[in-house]
Amino acid sequence: MSDEEDDLILSELNDEELVLQMMDDLYDGMKAEIEEGVNILLERKWTPYDILTKSLVEGMAIVGVDFRDGILFVPEVLLAAGAMKGGMAILKPLLIETGAPRLGKMVIGTVKGDIHDIGKNLVGMMMEGAGFEIHDLGINNSLEEYIGALESEGADILGMSALLTTTMPYMKVVIDTLVEQGKRDDYIVLVGGAPLNEEFGKAIGADAYCRDAAVTVETAKELMAKKHNQLSA
Amino acid sequence: MTDLLSELLAERDWLLGDGATGTTLFNMGLEAGEAPEIWNETHPDRIRALYDGAINAGSDIFLTNSFGGNFSRLKLHDRQNDVFTLNRIAAEIGREAADAAGRKIVVAGSVGPTGEIMEPVGELSFDSAVEIFEEQAKGLMEGGADVLWLETISAPEEYKAAAKAFQNVGAPWVGTMSFDTAGRTMMGVTATDMVAMVEGLENKPIAFGANCGVGASDLLRTLIGFGKANTSIPVVSKGNAGIPKYVHGHIHYDGTPELMGEYALLARDAGAKIIGGCCGTLPEHLVAMKAALESRPRGPVPDADTIRATLGEFSSDSDGLDAGTAPKRRNRRRDA
Repeated sequence: MSDEEDDLILSELNDEELVLQMMDDLYDGMKAEIEEGVNILLERKWTPYDILTKSLVEGMAIVGVDFRDGILFVPEVLLAAGAMKGGMAILKPLLIETGAPRLGKMVIGTVKGDIHDIGKNLVGMMMEGAGFEIHDLGINNSLEEYIGALESEGADILGMSALLTTTMPYMKVVIDTLVEQGKRDDYIVLVGGAPLNEEFGKAIGADAYCRDAAVTVETAKELMAKKHNQLSA
Repeated sequence: MTDLLSELLAERDWLLGDGATGTTLFNMGLEAGEAPEIWNETHPDRIRALYDGAINAGSDIFLTNSFGGNFSRLKLHDRQNDVFTLNRIAAEIGREAADAAGRKIVVAGSVGPTGEIMEPVGELSFDSAVEIFEEQAKGLMEGGADVLWLETISAPEEYKAAAKAFQNVGAPWVGTMSFDTAGRTMMGVTATDMVAMVEGLENKPIAFGANCGVGASDLLRTLIGFGKANTSIPVVSKGNAGIPKYVHGHIHYDGTPELMGEYALLARDAGAKIIGGCCGTLPEHLVAMKAALESRPRGPVPDADTIRATLGEFSSDSDGLDAGTAPKRRNRRRDA
């Protein structure tokens, strides 16, 4: 880091410049700077919801686009998500306190027998970055664990991940069980993982296959909006 | 001391690798969720059948059933205390199969990724990764593996940790990475990055290359990237047999034996010396690959249009290498 960078004093920037700088810092995975930026905006009487949506979520959207386009790769996205998490840790209790609107809640986990969680973690972080609530079940999840969590968490979305051709068929087992129990229509089911593709997602009865974390966010937003429209129609 | 793989590489123009382990075991009844490595103990006959499938199809090298046989992956099945044993048996069954074949066949001890993200981005330290790889390596060498075979790696730190572990054990090795994200590995490594990393290792592999990823077209583009970097280390190509499809409750790869035969020829033209398959590649694919390699002449290094016309579209426009047109990181205000 050069001296010039150290000279940049966040608190001296006006709101507009600060938000742009925070998006840059998020892109560069600078956690301490993001935390500082969030605190400055809180001092300037921004609502937690505005800070979340106008600085962090928009900043992570840029990260998501560049990840999708092959400009950023997993290490950079993990750093950005780590910075985002720093900001969220400050905002989360305040968001609950102020009764800010929620986008939706997702239960996410890697399927039984699969211990790969890099992709799943990325999705969780990007979804959180987009303002969704995440309940992360970790790796190696049975259908009982998925369905139990969907109910106890009052979730809207189920996200299942698999990295192995030997574990991906388990997604169908979970979806079939939801159908049998008459609960399939209660949830949006998204699936992802390196060996999957759109055709597989359709064949097992998921709502969508999501190629990467950025696509997952876009798809979740779209399907949640559709769901709300159907409910109000 | 020369190992069998180096000996065969010196004698021969190309070597035929093996096909899929996971897909094949799945066809034999492996359940989703089971650790394939446990079958080394419970179903040694099926593991032998897996190896014999490659041997009878004409493979010069086959990989042991130990891809996920490291501490962090076996821990999931509460078998982390059996790393040495499960790997030893995987190699022992392989040794027996190779010795019974009546020709020179390399038993390659398969070593897959830890599944963890390494420091500084993740939690796994370099020293811990070395320890994890070393434990597995010892079991495989004790069981009689000729070489160790690292595969499907995406992070350079993990590749380097394995190189160090194999050095500690004194095992000859081969190491491939998986290029599945816009011509790069998930962690952003390009074909030329990989060559530079491999050339810079103190303990260099006998051969390096690419495996798995997203279809044969992308893999060939990576091979061409290796070629541009002008290395003298032999190149390995192990591509998937098409794309996975879900048919009647099972995963089926849509690549035909004929297509894999074409893939093998193009891989050789692109500079690969060890040519095999990865997910979805069955003995019938290997037979077609061998027949194609034996009966048809070498051609020029294929261009993108030839690859596309023969094997299908690429999954991304960029090969990750073209600095002129590749997208760049955004300009940062702090850098200005």
